[in-house]
Amino acid sequence: MEIDGRQLGNLSRWALKKSPWAFHLNAGSCNNCDIEILDALTPKYDVERFGITLIGSPRHADVLLVTGVVTIQTLPRVLHVYEQVAKPCLVVAIGACGCSTGIFDGSYHVVGPVDKVIPVDVYIPGCPPKPEAIIDGVVKALGKI
Amino acid sequence: MNNVDPVKALQVRFPKGIGDVEERSVSRVYVGVDAGMIRDIAGFMFNNLGARLIIMTALETRAGMEILYHFSFDQLGKIVSLRVVVPMPEPRIDSITPLIDGAEYIEREIRDLFGVEFTGHPNPTRFLLGDDWPEGVYPYRKEHRGKYPYRTEEETAAMRDQILHKGTK
Amino acid sequence: MRTTIPVGPYHPLIEEPELFRVVVEGERVVDIDWRTSYMHRGIEKIAESKTYDQVTFLVERICGICSTSHPIAFCNAVEDLAGVEIPDRAKYIRCIVAELERVHSHLLWLGLAGHYIGYHTIWMWSWKYRELVCDLFERISGNRQSYAMIRPGGVRQDIKPSEYKGIVAALDELEPKINMFIGAVLDDPVILARLRGVGKMSREDAMKRCTVGPVARSAGVDIDIRRDFPYAAYDSVDWKVITQSGGDVMSMAVVRLLECLESVKILRQCIDQIPEGPIVEEIPEVPVGEGIGVEEAPRGECFHYIRSDGTNSPYRLKVRAPTYANLPSFRSRFIGERVADIMIILASIDPCYCCTNRVVRIDDGTSVRALDEKGLLELSWQRTRELDSQHAHLSRRLLEL
Repeated sequence: MEIDGRQLGNLSRWALKKSPWAFHLNAGSCNNCDIEILDALTPKYDVERFGITLIGSPRHADVLLVTGVVTIQTLPRVLHVYEQVAKPCLVVAIGACGCSTGIFDGSYHVVGPVDKVIPVDVYIPGCPPKPEAIIDGVVKALGKI
Repeated sequence: MNNVDPVKALQVRFPKGIGDVEERSVSRVYVGVDAGMIRDIAGFMFNNLGARLIIMTALETRAGMEILYHFSFDQLGKIVSLRVVVPMPEPRIDSITPLIDGAEYIEREIRDLFGVEFTGHPNPTRFLLGDDWPEGVYPYRKEHRGKYPYRTEEETAAMRDQILHKGTK
Repeated sequence: MRTTIPVGPYHPLIEEPELFRVVVEGERVVDIDWRTSYMHRGIEKIAESKTYDQVTFLVERICGICSTSHPIAFCNAVEDLAGVEIPDRAKYIRCIVAELERVHSHLLWLGLAGHYIGYHTIWMWSWKYRELVCDLFERISGNRQSYAMIRPGGVRQDIKPSEYKGIVAALDELEPKINMFIGAVLDDPVILARLRGVGKMSREDAMKRCTVGPVARSAGVDIDIRRDFPYAAYDSVDWKVITQSGGDVMSMAVVRLLECLESVKILRQCIDQIPEGPIVEEIPEVPVGEGIGVEEAPRGECFHYIRSDGTNSPYRLKVRAPTYANLPSFRSRFIGERVADIMIILASIDPCYCCTNRVVRIDDGTSVRALDEKGLLELSWQRTRELDSQHAHLSRRLLEL
């Protein structure tokens, strides 16, 4: 994995892989995907045992979980958050809306899917994707490191 | 109050302001109303007859801008919708917000989407559309029927460059 | 001296317009305003270019938590417009799906409310038992959310008789847990101290601001669409409307939990009484005209209005989600309350979760203090800790901060 043209060192790669901190960004979703992300924290799926934890500020995030289609009002906010996030950061687009515009295609208030505004590393389709699919997607993302 | 027929009460109180009455079913009534008297009539429905304002619907038809005020009489199991038509291209009507607090954001939304001017509204500011949305463009008017892309690819790319690559240019 | 606190999404140090704007004097709130442009996707306009059948999939995604309510309200409107009555079996299936959704939504709310006041155990437990309902939905419809069960004229999928036992078994497991939550919430002195009297609204105010759903019923307003404008099978089963008179966050919690029990009661009767027969009455043509459909969503009254010009697509679809009607109640409920209680009052009307991604920026004219969502939660948890220390001599089974 490269950042600014240099390969990420072994220690950094290990640290990122073993305990990724995820920041959840809602770009304009109906909440189905957001609930499934939160569900992944609850006892049945318990994603915290993998070291994945949700944090409150984007500055410390290793993984950016973006749900929803980007609307006109959220476009500058999504860009600002991506700018604030410390690189390297993996961006995961969750849900049909995040991967492609889905059923909101052609709307006057919609800019487009997430990869139209920020680079995306992993796409997790579904409406909504089940928590198992989200965990699988995040693990695949970590495998890219 | 529970046994009063709301439509009859309206017709008695406003003999000139009430027009056609259509009873589609026992629970759905549509009443044509004079646009100039809407504030008095809506106030009467809310304060005197005890109706609950559900929402207001605006839609553009060939006759003009039609606005429906949907009131619910929960005890009677009846929804009475008042219908007014105001002329285009600059639709304007009295605001009912001074009488019914819940109407404030409803009228702001209709103003954003349809460009209806509600005279006497205490806070006619943007509510539903994004801050970047241009003034004077009302997306729900029939002139915008069909695909309506707001931002071009170039504009999105320009904003992306400006925010993400500032400092490196 | 007045300060304006913008309570908006994402990063605290960015100049941005607010989702909610709260004006405080000292530590007390004096005014509140809000915007809803972030999640606006233009669904009503998209509906004008889709067929009636396609619109059911579209409205399902207005809000993921109410994903049965909007299709039922929409189909009620189409059936009102076309003058069609759906078959009895479809009525019972709609009832079953709607009540399961109500249980799932109220348990979800309970978890979030617990999280906001610092009771993470409640959050974990209620979402764990919510999984029972999600699993049930997956067995009945194929998906945990957005079930695609409803279509104009009836329902899209049947519930096989072989599923009935599984549904009843899940209800048997769920009912004692709901009773446990009721006991835990009503017995805990810190929860009582935290929620009682907070965000209070009088009955007159609730009616003046046209509130609906559990928010109105918690203030003593006796309205419920299932009884006042019967649809599906609600007039064929025995149930009662739950009201409280407190008008505060505690009353809302009680109303929601007791409604879960009523829902279980309705579900058992529906499984018992569901008749054989077709599940759909085809609507060959939608005539010119207009139709209104109303439905009692977990959050309140969901309203859909359709104007038809005789074609396959609606000429105009107007959607009024229940949260919209309850937002003006904030004006009554926030004034005079503490900043530390902002989170729980905002959550108490049970808005879509997207409304609860928050940041607070407190600008008193001389310096800028930034609090992200964690900071605002901290304020709320701090308040719970203060109350807990006052009640330290009493049992603290659930408090984990």
